[in-house]
Amino acid sequence: MEWETVIGLEIHAQLKTRSKIFSGASTAYGAEPNTQACTVDLGLPGVLPVLNKEVVRMATKFGLAIGAEVARKSVFARKNYFYPDLPKGYQISQFELPVVKAGTLTITLDDGETKVIGVTRAHLEEDAGKSLHEDFHGMTGIDLNRAGTPLLEIVSEPDMRSAREAVAYMRKIHSLVQYLDICDGNMQEGSFRCDANVSVRPKGQEAFGTRTEIKNINSFRFVERAINYEVQRQIDLIEDGGEVVQETRLYDPDRNETRSMRSKEEANDYRYFPDPDLLPLVIEPEFIEQVKKEMPELPDEKKARFESEHGLSSYDANVLIASRATADYFEAVVAELGGEAKLVANWMNGELAARLNRDAIEIEQAPVSADAFAGLLRRIVDNTISGKIAKEVFDAMWNGEGSADEIIDSRGLKQITDSGAIEAIIDNVIANNPSQVEQYRGGQAKLLGYFVGQVMKATQGKANPAQVNQILKQKLDS
Amino acid sequence: MTALHQYSLAALSRGLAAGDFSSVELAQHFLDRIAAHDKRLNSFITVTAEQALAAAEAADARRAAGDAGPLTGIPLAQKDIFNTRGVRTSCGSRMLDNYIAPYDACVIENFDASGAVMLGKTNMDEFAMGSSNETSWYGPAKNPWDVERVPGGSSGGSAAAVAARLAPGATGTDTGGSIRQPAALCGITGLKPTYGRVSRWGMIAFASSLDQAGPMAPSAEDCALLLQAMAGFDERDSTCMEQPVDDYVGALEQGIEGLRIGLPKEYFAEGLDDAVEARIREALKVYESLGAELVEISLPNSHLSAPAYYVVAPAECSSNLSRFDGVRFGHRCENPKDLEDMYCRSRGEGFGDEVKRRILVGTYALSAGYYDAYYLKAQQIRRLISNDFTEAFAEVDVIMGPTTPTPAFRLGEKADDPISMYLSDIYTIAVNLAGLPGMSVPAGQVDGLPVGLHIVGNYWSEARLLNVAHCLQMETDWHQQIPEAFK
Amino acid sequence: MLMSLDAEQVARIAYLARLQIDSEAIPDYARNLSAILDFVEQMNAVDTSGIEPMAHPQDVSQRLRDDVVTESNQRDLFQQIAPATENGLYLVPKVIE
Repeated sequence: MEWETVIGLEIHAQLKTRSKIFSGASTAYGAEPNTQACTVDLGLPGVLPVLNKEVVRMATKFGLAIGAEVARKSVFARKNYFYPDLPKGYQISQFELPVVKAGTLTITLDDGETKVIGVTRAHLEEDAGKSLHEDFHGMTGIDLNRAGTPLLEIVSEPDMRSAREAVAYMRKIHSLVQYLDICDGNMQEGSFRCDANVSVRPKGQEAFGTRTEIKNINSFRFVERAINYEVQRQIDLIEDGGEVVQETRLYDPDRNETRSMRSKEEANDYRYFPDPDLLPLVIEPEFIEQVKKEMPELPDEKKARFESEHGLSSYDANVLIASRATADYFEAVVAELGGEAKLVANWMNGELAARLNRDAIEIEQAPVSADAFAGLLRRIVDNTISGKIAKEVFDAMWNGEGSADEIIDSRGLKQITDSGAIEAIIDNVIANNPSQVEQYRGGQAKLLGYFVGQVMKATQGKANPAQVNQILKQKLDS
Repeated sequence: MTALHQYSLAALSRGLAAGDFSSVELAQHFLDRIAAHDKRLNSFITVTAEQALAAAEAADARRAAGDAGPLTGIPLAQKDIFNTRGVRTSCGSRMLDNYIAPYDACVIENFDASGAVMLGKTNMDEFAMGSSNETSWYGPAKNPWDVERVPGGSSGGSAAAVAARLAPGATGTDTGGSIRQPAALCGITGLKPTYGRVSRWGMIAFASSLDQAGPMAPSAEDCALLLQAMAGFDERDSTCMEQPVDDYVGALEQGIEGLRIGLPKEYFAEGLDDAVEARIREALKVYESLGAELVEISLPNSHLSAPAYYVVAPAECSSNLSRFDGVRFGHRCENPKDLEDMYCRSRGEGFGDEVKRRILVGTYALSAGYYDAYYLKAQQIRRLISNDFTEAFAEVDVIMGPTTPTPAFRLGEKADDPISMYLSDIYTIAVNLAGLPGMSVPAGQVDGLPVGLHIVGNYWSEARLLNVAHCLQMETDWHQQIPEAFK
Repeated sequence: MLMSLDAEQVARIAYLARLQIDSEAIPDYARNLSAILDFVEQMNAVDTSGIEPMAHPQDVSQRLRDDVVTESNQRDLFQQIAPATENGLYLVPKVIE
């Protein structure tokens, strides 16, 4: 039988506020355990939550970016369950009335095709703390620094039909929240993570199959693997005459498999009700208007501008806008060079992308800054070095050996453009290769490449290729 | 000669200002009384003698420096529901028997700023759930008018302490009548302010949408002084309103001629003790003699307030009390065998029966399949009850009736029958559902037991309520009565 | 409409609320809880269709705070009252995921 996969994602984006969603404790990552958990975060008796205005602004920005209605009135509700990293015994979230209503997002797949994915809603909630399972005499340690960190939970429609679509959607949201400057997108630190709802159905069938929820996947690679694993597991199960059980599953990246989380399943009755400590959240139209004015250029708009203003191809533009950091890098380099957008795009999508990929780092962590990168490309533009030499220089820069100019100087890579010097070398080459000269003059024009090679070899690649070509032709043809 | 404890709080304030006695003398006097008499009453859970004397000394110094306010040096008893930094804050529960609060409630901060002196923490029904003080882990407080009887609850310890003049004033909290009912049963004055008038920060939550702190003292004038310090905006409680605070003391002497008093016919109906009704009618006559007008009104949904309340309050409490899980503070059972065992046993051991009952009712009312029938229905009834008051206040200035259907009942009398216990708050809980301010004022006695007149006002009308209560107290002396055994 | 709870239901709710109740006490709870549910049943005599539920006494919107860090580390103070801690962490019986 042919199967169709149905996927919906719930993405949790930590909002980049200074303080927590309901308290004045810091949200900075990496502090000593429980040093950023104040009375409110600890859920001490008698404490009360007060909502951070910034999270409302950030949620509004997101709503506007996906063309959704920002709810004039939304309500915070309590989701009740017991867990040691949930200090109050309930999580403050939004249930019936979320702050962001339905919107859409267009994803671009590898083959350039686009697809519109529905976003059902996005709501505000508080993050839980962390359970540390290292052995404390057989006990678990609880760190509540993360408790109360603001989250925007973005819930998609079950619109995705493959793991690749799911990844493309997740990447798009990842890029969007960074463009909006509402989430740092750091997946290692857990600032951006997702749960995937996965089901399969026979192709052509309308009704959805029973779904499972895979919890807490924190990398694009794992999302793809976890979904593919889960899809295959479900198909195998059904084809063997079994049934998919609706449950929560955990993805184990080491074993590349998902397994059932029994503990989270029992007594799944969250008893949602409006939090009596928090009155309804009302967002006035004037507030939304003000946020509209603060909206940054969004990826789709930026892509269009890169194409029209910088004359980039749709492909190049798309790669460059994938993350705000990449787009900012590009624009910084172009500004520094005063143009040369195509050269910059080629180098970024070629050499730079390859090195980032090889080292598995993001552009923010690149050892070569936009300024330094512009310094390198400037030397190509002004013919100080050739493109080929530039790659060598770039390698050295990547290894921290200094600026482009320093490396060109210290390695003596400056291009030879003195035509007298080049002429002397060419004369020498012609003199040393009489039979090749004869063959060339006899009509074998392709031997020109041989002479160029010889000249480059003699100059260790530093002779200006255009000049070499021109002078060679002149001498050989005369 | 009149002993210090026989003065009202307001009179003590004047005495301190006049230099008739020092704060230290005053604190010592009340500490001595607590030591001498509280064995019979059990009105305090914790007495903070040392801190009290230190605070009194500081108050005297402040007065010497010319920086004293009306409450500087006034000893007060604080209900053990308010977090008090460095002092056990038990909420009447075994769960918090070992809980030394690491911070102060806003109400405590406000009193500290005014220079008031805390004598100790008063007994209360466990987590404020009860109407008799019998659910306290520390044993019941007793009614000073008859120590075989209950002082009411949940702020029973505060009411008993003030009635026996072990403290000139105290704080209470009121979720369904927990200030007004014990004030009535102990013969003192108590005020539950408008929801949002006093910050709830640091006050251990029972039912967040109903809880409100307020003063308990012999007279309306005393309550005015206390509320002046308690009321006000606090940014840490987002349900606390940015409403200007009136001059409560300044408003006390206003005339009440032409005051329209609404008498809900539902509050003078079956279930009301005849003798209690007679005392209330006498008080109403006093108001008539002062030029007020009595108007019969109807609050047609009032019979639904107790049923709605006993869904809303347990629902909220079931969630509010989830934080008592034995992880970060409070009671943890011995040798838990696993996580679930730790939760179930810590909570099972830490909470008493009434608290457990309410958590269970609330959990049930919010659970899948029952939410609409119970919780949502109760919220709709709540709207109807609130609407009744809105209509009534279009016609009248205040609403009056009995605070309780009977005087204080005997210890143990209702302990095994939750419903009959719940009905002792029958007249007070509608006020919490609507969020209105309400008072109980002493209005005579029945067989030596006090009766309270319930006065309900429109939103933010605390100054008017205190004024109306004060007018009665200028004509009567019920608020000055002290039980014989504690004179 | 359900007005009485049996022992099994009480046990289920008690587990949902993580409350240990001795088995001999359960019938008493069942009786009292049933009486309470019976009491609140009176609400059903009133037609409330179309009535907007009232969750708060006041019909106003939520006040917000500025995004400012106002709290500093007080871990030592807070952990003085904790049942079990080590290296700044709260300890609980092993959590199995």
